[in-house]
Amino acid sequence: MPIGDMLFRSVDDSQINGVFPNTFNEYKKWDKEKDELPPEEVYKALFEELAYGEKIQIGRALTRMNYSKSGWKSLIKTTSREIKKAVKKDELPNNYKEFLITANEKWADPTFWYAMGQMVNDTTPIYYWNALDRTYDQDQNVVMQDEKRRIYIKTWIKTLKISVYVTIFCLILGFPVAHLLANLPLRYSNLLMIFVLLPFWTSLLVRTTAWIVMLQQNGVINGILVWLGILSDDGRLQLVYNETGTLIAMTQILLPFMILPLYSVMRVIPKSHMRAAQNLGAKPATAFWRVYLPQTIPGMSAGGLLVFVLAIGYFITPELVGGKDGKLIGHWIAYHLKTTLNWGLCAALGAILLGVMLIFYWLYNKIVGIDNIKLG
Amino acid sequence: MALPSYATPVQRTYYYAYLFFCAVVFFFLIAPLFAIIPISFSVSPFMVFTEGMLAWPPDPEAWSLRWYKNMIGDCSADVVSSTVPCSTKWMKGTVNSFYIGTIATVIATALGTLAALGLSRPHMPYKGLIMAILISPMIVPLIITAAGMFFFYARINLVYTFTGVILAHVALATPFVVITVTATLVGFDMNMVKAAQSLGAKPIRTFFKVIMPLILPGIISGALFAFITSFDEVVVVMFMASIDQLTIPKQMWAGIRQEISPVILCMATCLVLLSIFLLTTVELLRRRSEKLRGIKAR
Repeated sequence: MPIGDMLFRSVDDSQINGVFPNTFNEYKKWDKEKDELPPEEVYKALFEELAYGEKIQIGRALTRMNYSKSGWKSLIKTTSREIKKAVKKDELPNNYKEFLITANEKWADPTFWYAMGQMVNDTTPIYYWNALDRTYDQDQNVVMQDEKRRIYIKTWIKTLKISVYVTIFCLILGFPVAHLLANLPLRYSNLLMIFVLLPFWTSLLVRTTAWIVMLQQNGVINGILVWLGILSDDGRLQLVYNETGTLIAMTQILLPFMILPLYSVMRVIPKSHMRAAQNLGAKPATAFWRVYLPQTIPGMSAGGLLVFVLAIGYFITPELVGGKDGKLIGHWIAYHLKTTLNWGLCAALGAILLGVMLIFYWLYNKIVGIDNIKLG
Repeated sequence: MALPSYATPVQRTYYYAYLFFCAVVFFFLIAPLFAIIPISFSVSPFMVFTEGMLAWPPDPEAWSLRWYKNMIGDCSADVVSSTVPCSTKWMKGTVNSFYIGTIATVIATALGTLAALGLSRPHMPYKGLIMAILISPMIVPLIITAAGMFFFYARINLVYTFTGVILAHVALATPFVVITVTATLVGFDMNMVKAAQSLGAKPIRTFFKVIMPLILPGIISGALFAFITSFDEVVVVMFMASIDQLTIPKQMWAGIRQEISPVILCMATCLVLLSIFLLTTVELLRRRSEKLRGIKAR
């Protein structure tokens, strides 16, 4: 339910339509081919709605208008001041168009009117386009944002890149460990399992803090490297507050999610298969590659997808460890929710992320089945 | 999985390399958690191993409990330091965390157990769909759930209230209960329910006298999962809670972002101990449950 509400928010544009209903109705009648500027009725409706509308509602609408084209806010503010003056003096203008253009010459600028075209409908895809660094030009075509305002595409790519890396690292580190756990006698493997389960049970923030302590410039790892003489005292590595830090910390945090599915799959592979293969003349490497590995594919895909999907949506760790260039898409969702209050864009970013997740979960369900998730 | 005695030297090398690799990974998994514990006992206001701590024999001057005293709100002169403000926020967070966690756990356990019981009936329609919806809060990234909940609760005025935070945590914690209880119900013999009912027990009595004692280990470990979920949760709390609903994770988050102080490590140490305790409990319960249901330990 909350998610449905969020999806609705991501396309919702009814607030502004509640403020300027008549203007937008008249606007839709404007024939852009014939006249350069909208007809008198549009100006009249706008005048009236600015003069008699609720101040708070107009303020909110302005914020929305600025998302489409910057400059709207100041334009409407100066204009409505003029309008209020005129209304106070009880002098309603004869020609609304002229009045507005004298109040602010931007009303004669067609680009503002074209931008209004994006708002006249109850729903809008603009937040989705913004979330992909695109915007509208004056003819309602979708174009790329200015070079310097493109941030989201870069962040999406970075998010995907880090998720892929984390998944690969988890697989490389997790596979041998799961193999060892699955093949040891139960007494030992239960003991070693604690090493996997304890981080799994520990608070995420504790683990993140621990990584900051480990990785910072005078932290444990740099300290050991300097003590061993590998690094000089002023050549300490910058490991935290960048992508490296995010990668290391996320790998450790998500590793149990890779080991546990792999372990449960490997546990049931009979040991006799490997022996049989070797008995038939296969070298250990061949036997492993042709007999053992194919049987672990369900575990690898389950663990891989789980880690990947969790990594895409990660927020806490990249935010704290990532510094400036390690921030992932979750950062922008939180930023728009808490700081800029651009909830439409926030919801659109969230919806795209959700879409990506759902595709992966659909795959996951096809491969392993969603109710096969196991804990501990 | 010992090496056979006829292994060649190359195989031996591979085998030891493999063991070494596994040891490194285990170290990688566990070392960060234990590195923070000694630092929390340091005198220094920075989160590092000081020279005094590494000296041999250990220098008693370098160790202290001052940050623990700070954590529990003791602001005497030997405790405070110029960079570390002293406040009762940590204790307030602890109280709130336990308060929110306990209520959310009780509700989530009740709901989750009922849902699991219903879902494991053989003729339940739309089982897959319902299961998918129930599990979704566990799968969807927290940030999305949190954003969605924030929008939704903002409409019904539950943002910045205890009720809102608790309800959000219930939604997040219920899937864990559903999963653990469903797993316990796998080996449950439904004939026992029929037997109880044929002997005249009403459904509620059947549940409390027959079903519940048998699946209790599952319910308790589900409840522990629910508790730890709520206890560790930070994203939703960040969005939905005001300063009144300050919890431990939120205070830690604020601490890491603003004043990096060893007090965070003291709290982290306590949380590690808590998780060791919970892990042991869950593990013991799992074994007991397997024994109860007659499943031979693997």
